[in-house]
Amino acid sequence: MTIASERLLVPAQATRRRASIAVLLDRQSVFSWLMMALPLAFMAALVGYPFIYGILLSLEDRPVAHTGTFVGLKNFIHDAHDPVFWRVAINTFVYTVVATLLKMVGGLGLALAMNQHFRMKNLVRALLLLPFIVPTVLSTVAWLWMLDPAFSVVNRLMVALGWPKPGPSWLGDPTLAMVSIIIINTWRGLPFYGITLLAGLQTVPSELYEAASIDGAGGWERFRFITLPLLRPIILIVTLFSVIFTFADFQLIYVLTHGGPANATQLFATYAFDIAMGAGQLGLGASVALAMLPALALLIVALTIYLRRE
Amino acid sequence: MVTGKGHLHQAVRVWLPVGFFLIVALFPFYWMAITSIKPNSELYNKNVMPLIVHAPTLKHYVDLLTKSSFLLWTWNTMLVAVVSTAISLVLGTMLAYPLARMRFAGASLITMTIAAIYLVPQPLLFIPLADVINRLGLGNTLTSVILTYPTMLVPFCAWLLLGYFKTVPKELEEAARIDGAGRLQTMWTIFLPLCTPGFISAGIFAFTLSQNEFLYALIFLTKSSVRTVPVGVIAELIRGDVFYWGQLMAGALLGSIPVAIIYSFFVEHYVAGLTAGAVKA
Repeated sequence: MTIASERLLVPAQATRRRASIAVLLDRQSVFSWLMMALPLAFMAALVGYPFIYGILLSLEDRPVAHTGTFVGLKNFIHDAHDPVFWRVAINTFVYTVVATLLKMVGGLGLALAMNQHFRMKNLVRALLLLPFIVPTVLSTVAWLWMLDPAFSVVNRLMVALGWPKPGPSWLGDPTLAMVSIIIINTWRGLPFYGITLLAGLQTVPSELYEAASIDGAGGWERFRFITLPLLRPIILIVTLFSVIFTFADFQLIYVLTHGGPANATQLFATYAFDIAMGAGQLGLGASVALAMLPALALLIVALTIYLRRE
Repeated sequence: MVTGKGHLHQAVRVWLPVGFFLIVALFPFYWMAITSIKPNSELYNKNVMPLIVHAPTLKHYVDLLTKSSFLLWTWNTMLVAVVSTAISLVLGTMLAYPLARMRFAGASLITMTIAAIYLVPQPLLFIPLADVINRLGLGNTLTSVILTYPTMLVPFCAWLLLGYFKTVPKELEEAARIDGAGRLQTMWTIFLPLCTPGFISAGIFAFTLSQNEFLYALIFLTKSSVRTVPVGVIAELIRGDVFYWGQLMAGALLGSIPVAIIYSFFVEHYVAGLTAGAVKA
């Protein structure tokens, strides 16, 4: 009797245990955390760890291929007394603000121009996005050739139109070099602005414009009181995106000017690269890169909260 | 008569600004293309009208493909882009699915963290990462970039897919659950097949971003045999002598073509993905 009942009991318990594991795995939280464990571990190892490690590096005197020695805030004090560092800070600020404004105004213009009915609109939109999708380094090399000191096509066109020979030294003059990198950054980023704003424009109900027209609103008033307010959230998001990636730009400057002439176009990213990879001072380089953090963190938090609210 | 005038007026309103934007956007590519087929005698002669080609030649392309490692760089770039895109889609889905469908404590914190990581630009991390890659003994291997590209692509794919997943109706999954399907089974057999457009968008984006990446490749890959196209072009095709522009432009054009082709096939998906973050569906 007892033996028989025990025989019956054992498989029943196993089944119940298997069932309880299944029930546990079926819980939303358990399923979710198990599913996310691998990608989260990956991000912790290759983003979280390097981030913390970068902060530690910035507190060390660390020549490449040597062990570091802890020096506290010495690297940051060095930065604060480095005139190039402050030049870099100003350059980065000017580059970011001017390029972003140009992209914003130009992008709005592009979106308004594209928000009309015409043939081949999809083809035109695809072509307009090309500067944004082609690898930056490769299109920047084309610009390098277009602004070549000896054979610049831009200068040859300007001279043909009556500009005195030989035309401006685009990448050789400190101010013009900054102008050049701003123009090329704008050229590359403007389609992103334009096409995103265009998508936003297409969500504006046409009834609003019709109603406004009936009430006697002109083109500017419709733009000012309907288009702009409705686009504001998109403009804000795109601008924050653009500011973050313009602020930390590297490729374009590395290819065009290497930060020159005489640091006139040196930005945080290229300066950190020069110090860490060129001069081999990882600790000091890390401190320059980390100098971007306060501004970046502010922008990232702002955008994250904004995206979340949406 | 009035309509004729209206048509003309409308054509000017459309094509004057659109034409301006088109010329500015495309001229550098035109210049790239014609430079690559001009003989040196035209390229470096200031008395020749520069905007057209007088005697086209494929010499620069032949030189590029036979005298440099361009084909090898192209292979490396493709391999890295395909593998890191695949890894990022898988890991991104593993993050996005629970966040889109499940209710659990900490979900919003994880979502915010992913968005924040997605916005962290590489220049903030490249110095410590270079040291990590060195210590792992991965310098000058494609593994170094295959491993590090997903650090920017995973949060990106997760973010894009999260948005897409939320637009997929829940009814089919609920029906499958009522029929007794487990969560994994429901996700795999019912949900994921519905999300092909989302995967295409995220995949194209990840692919173009990997093709575009420069900083990590520049630091981790210093041997010609492991270089990607952008790094190879900058490090090896720009040489001391002056007359390299034909070959350089041929390289820039060929390097841009894979992205351009894939983009042209999926341009609607690309635009959908591009605007997904900013414009609510």
